[in-house]
Amino acid sequence: MSLLECRNLSVRYRTPRGELRAVDEVSFTLDRGQCLGLVGESGSGKTQTCLALAGLLSDSAIVEGSIRFEGEELLGTGRQAWNRLRGRRIAMIFQDPMTALTPHLTVGSQLCELLRVHEQQDQIAARRRALEIMERVRIADPERRFSMYPFELSGGMRQRIMIALALILKPALVLADEPTTALDVTVQADVLGIFRAVIEHTGTAILLVTHDLGVVAGTCDQVMVMYAGRTLETAPVESLFASPRHPYSRALLDCLPRSDQPRALTMPAIEGQPPDLVALPPGCAFAPRCAHAQADCVSECPPLISLDSGRVACWHPLSGYDPGRDQGDPA
Amino acid sequence: MSSSTPLLQLNDVRVHFPVRGEAHRQGLSVKAVDGVSCQLQPGQTLGVVGESGCGKSTLARTVLKLVPLTSGKILWRGKDVNTFTVHEMQSLRRDVRMIFQDPYASLNPRMTVGEQIGEPLALFHPEWSAATRQTQVADIMQRVGLRPELANRYPHEFSGGQCQRANIARALIGQPKLLICDESVSALDVSIRAQILNLLSELQRELGIACLFISHDLSVIRHVSDQVLVLYLGKTMEYRTADALFSDARHPYTRALLDAAPVPDPARERSRPRTVLQGELPSPLQPPSGCVFRTRCPQATVRCGVRIPDFHSVEGGVTACHLLESSP
Repeated sequence: MSLLECRNLSVRYRTPRGELRAVDEVSFTLDRGQCLGLVGESGSGKTQTCLALAGLLSDSAIVEGSIRFEGEELLGTGRQAWNRLRGRRIAMIFQDPMTALTPHLTVGSQLCELLRVHEQQDQIAARRRALEIMERVRIADPERRFSMYPFELSGGMRQRIMIALALILKPALVLADEPTTALDVTVQADVLGIFRAVIEHTGTAILLVTHDLGVVAGTCDQVMVMYAGRTLETAPVESLFASPRHPYSRALLDCLPRSDQPRALTMPAIEGQPPDLVALPPGCAFAPRCAHAQADCVSECPPLISLDSGRVACWHPLSGYDPGRDQGDPA
Repeated sequence: MSSSTPLLQLNDVRVHFPVRGEAHRQGLSVKAVDGVSCQLQPGQTLGVVGESGCGKSTLARTVLKLVPLTSGKILWRGKDVNTFTVHEMQSLRRDVRMIFQDPYASLNPRMTVGEQIGEPLALFHPEWSAATRQTQVADIMQRVGLRPELANRYPHEFSGGQCQRANIARALIGQPKLLICDESVSALDVSIRAQILNLLSELQRELGIACLFISHDLSVIRHVSDQVLVLYLGKTMEYRTADALFSDARHPYTRALLDAAPVPDPARERSRPRTVLQGELPSPLQPPSGCVFRTRCPQATVRCGVRIPDFHSVEGGVTACHLLESSP
């Protein structure tokens, strides 16, 4: 049994202009000790998926499908069921470490609060556990930092506290929504190192939402590429990077500037704009921007089919082997 | 003007900000930029890279005199900016235009995009008729990939990428000689970022505009720059041509930045050794003695704490590191 099984998850909103499908029939599973990367541009539905899994969507969202966590169906259960799980079994790390911490409480008391509420620990035991976890997320001088307020800490330090808050109750699943986007590269490398250590040592599963394929490459086992609320491709990380089957995955990889490769005159870019979610084209959502699009792409939406080790939603998937890949810059 | 005169030259530029309270009584100040020298030739791109708080943005602002200089000189086409008359300053602000990070925040939500793009013309060419201005706006919008019909729309109707195109159009309409891009693509999605980077380099080639490109992202810097300036706590760590810097970084800080930047290649990501920097950026109020980077440098020795390293000539530029002294 998988830790998390998400089947045909849809998140819809009613807007004055019509129905908006933020997440459209998304399915995936996540096992213990695994890291799944959710990749996409803004508006692709990755954060909405994440919030749906944490039960944090607003009341106006219409959520359908099934989310099974540790064998238990979560959709349709009440607020109390979520409250039992959130924090303890499912933890979340948000993008902005500045606003996600309570400004008028010391970081130590925020850490201890979790232990007192969920595990009824006394002050002394809670403090000891809090200091332990602060050391685990590589906070130097935890004793002194324990009694500091968030504003006294740097951005990287605050994000470490966020991770400590997420991990302190040893959750089975951590939902990390763009956890390193607001950080400097050097701090990002350190934070990703912490994630890898956590997966190795505690078997916690991580759902890592990011728009940065470089972050995915070093951290995740599986990748799911989203576009306009739909899954376009899921694959093990090695095969996605070596031979992406969906033209969008390929284009995303190609338009990344790389510091380890010589400079090209023009970068391959994906022309056009992401589609309007209220007025999606009838066929493949990516077809208007796709270089390989043909007539059938525009008329009918491709289903998600199994291909090699992954799944892809494309009428004309790219071939598995791409000789251009090994020669460095595809331009 | 001879071709050897740089468009922009910075000589030992220092910007120190006064502080209040206890630190002030101790005679301390925040050394945001501390002795930076560099130059930019017409049509070239200088990339400025470093972590947050290293003085990248302050450096850009001093060029436009948005921040007062503590000491040092900024020469615009060989002439000291500090001695500029009001009139010369106006023409400088027309020749040097800035594009900021947040595409929405840098547009006025209550003006149409067309009005904002054309606004500089009202200043630069007050004699032009509204019709002439409109044709100019339509031209430049076409140039940056915005349909001229969109001129009557408001910024909130635009996507992030479109807003950034509008910002570029507004910067270009006065035919500047230097564009300062302060993290101009950092807030954009990957696919849109590639579009905007291509647009910028295309415009640069065609119009011969020089560019001061500020970013924390080394891969973007690699893509756009001819020369790169690596800053740390307001000081130059390495200043070299992009090709030399990226093929053989000599400063431990540059190497750490390069190692920390994630590469979209799983095998490489998992196998390569990481020299992740230890600790935090020290307070700019009390920077470390000697080399400012020594507190986080994996190769620091006693010597680094004693003396400020000199600039050593390396291929394509200079590097400020004591390690280069012992090596031939």
